Amino acid sequence: MKIETILTTKGSNVFTVRTTQPVRDAVVLLVRHNIGAVVVLNDAGELRGILSERDVIRAVARDENLTVLTVGDLMTRQVIIGEPGDDATAVLHTMTEKRFRHLPVLDQGRLIGIVSIGDLVKLQLDEYQGEIETLKTMTNGE
Amino acid sequence: MLPATNMRIAIIGSGPAAFYAAEHLLKQDNLTLEVDMFERLPTPFGLVRGGVAPDHPKIKTVTKAYTHVAENPRFRFYGNVEFGKHLKLTDLRQHYHQILYATGAQTDRHMGIPGEDLAGSHPATEFVAWYNGHPDYQHLQFDLTQERAAVVGVGNVAIDVARMLCRSPQELKETDVADQALAALSQSKIKEVYLLGRRGPAQAAFSNPEIKEVGEMVDADVFTRADETHLDPLSQHALATSGDRSLNKKVEILQSYATRQPTGKSRQLIIRFLVSPVELIGDKQGRVTKMRLVKNELVASETGSINAKATDQFEELSVGLVFRSVGYRGVPLPEVPFHERWGVILNEQGRVIDPATKQPRRGEYTSGWIKRGPSGVIGTNKPDSIETVTCMLEDLAAGQTLTPAQPDPATMERLVCERQPHYFSFADWLKLDQSELAQGAAQGRPRVKITSVNEMLRATGKV
Repeated sequence: MKIETILTTKGSNVFTVRTTQPVRDAVVLLVRHNIGAVVVLNDAGELRGILSERDVIRAVARDENLTVLTVGDLMTRQVIIGEPGDDATAVLHTMTEKRFRHLPVLDQGRLIGIVSIGDLVKLQLDEYQGEIETLKTMTNGE
Repeated sequence: MLPATNMRIAIIGSGPAAFYAAEHLLKQDNLTLEVDMFERLPTPFGLVRGGVAPDHPKIKTVTKAYTHVAENPRFRFYGNVEFGKHLKLTDLRQHYHQILYATGAQTDRHMGIPGEDLAGSHPATEFVAWYNGHPDYQHLQFDLTQERAAVVGVGNVAIDVARMLCRSPQELKETDVADQALAALSQSKIKEVYLLGRRGPAQAAFSNPEIKEVGEMVDADVFTRADETHLDPLSQHALATSGDRSLNKKVEILQSYATRQPTGKSRQLIIRFLVSPVELIGDKQGRVTKMRLVKNELVASETGSINAKATDQFEELSVGLVFRSVGYRGVPLPEVPFHERWGVILNEQGRVIDPATKQPRRGEYTSGWIKRGPSGVIGTNKPDSIETVTCMLEDLAAGQTLTPAQPDPATMERLVCERQPHYFSFADWLKLDQSELAQGAAQGRPRVKITSVNEMLRATGKV
């Protein structure tokens, strides 16, 4: 299945912050929307990185003063980018292998959404459940 | 506090997603919800009736579960009633607390190549709707005097179409294929059918039972090519690390077809991989005569997804009939927000989203293919519809519903009668169903479908 399937039911909101914003702004977004990461853009609106719970926790562990830091200071810069047509199973494998949990998705250079490992697991569960459901009705129908 | 009147819900569409949603809504013990289902055609069940291949009768037994839902006294079916034509959104807002759109994905995506619209080149869904007796598609003509046909795509619709083109008249007679299609397909001159996959055997979407089934057809041999089913290093690695035994089996079956020898059957199904049509070429009359294919290689994207990349090698394939099955998209509903790029109703977990405010539109929901796009099998619509219904119940509990002025069944029935006197109730459908089954029994077939709305009206004594 394509990761596009996940994005179709997520509305068209993608939560983003600018590199220059205080870390607190990003943390508020994470908490308010109950999400694990936000996409970071520069002032020109280009993707520059991702800021996840992990980045914040690591900074806390290093005793950094979060009140003076900007999103740009803490974000992960090396980001793997997805396309709408990418295969969900392949993405799940890559996330597991490379230990990341959020994938920004670009369509012809434009940010159209973010796919989390939780979304991918749910998609796979629904897929299996759907197959079981179909088999169940077919055998009961005998 | 819940209001004294029953909460009333309208569902647009009557396919699997619609019925799974109705089922989940009606089984809420603490709520007495009423569900009215509206369907454009007189007959219910969407693609189970109009999409599932005639030679897959077992899959259609799922309608028994839907019929059971329809027996609930709090459920009503209004067939032959079209949203946007007989009933507008403003009408529904007057009569219902919540509205659910479950209208599916009704059109094909285009291949986007020159010659796509030549005579003899068709969307696969039109052919499917035609052989399944959908009243809107019975006027179509497919030139089955051609000897070579190509089906572009390797999903389950593509393989259904290829299989139906290869079935013998005897095999077809044992199905509920529409009479007109039965007659035309029984006279078919097709000798070779090509099924064309853009990527390799390890990426093909069809299931193992489907791929085994084409190896067991009465009067058609199936072949693949060794050079196209041999796995490239990327696919080999993906297969080895996936631990997916059924995928390994699929590749094995497809490779085994490369070593088969012709057994003298009348038709051949040739499954090709790593090719994409780049142009359809026609004769002076504008009829397709051949197809230009580019050979693809596989490349891995950053996310590990294996994609097709065109090479500089081309070939030509002589074909007189082409069916494209490269994806489906939903059709926008009047006054309902639509996402053009994805071909779905703009939504969040099934709540319809207003594009301007990015907030949910009160009382409007969606489920099934018009919500998530065309993916999965029939049963996949169950978890999908449950997700939507969960949102609906949350909003109900929070009092976030529409506030209809006339939320009672009798007023609604009067309105439907006024706008569409020839509407079909579920009892009407059951009558039609019995008559189709009886006609089938008389001919030794599972069912003979009635394929025009007028005939349906006559069969149920409405005209």
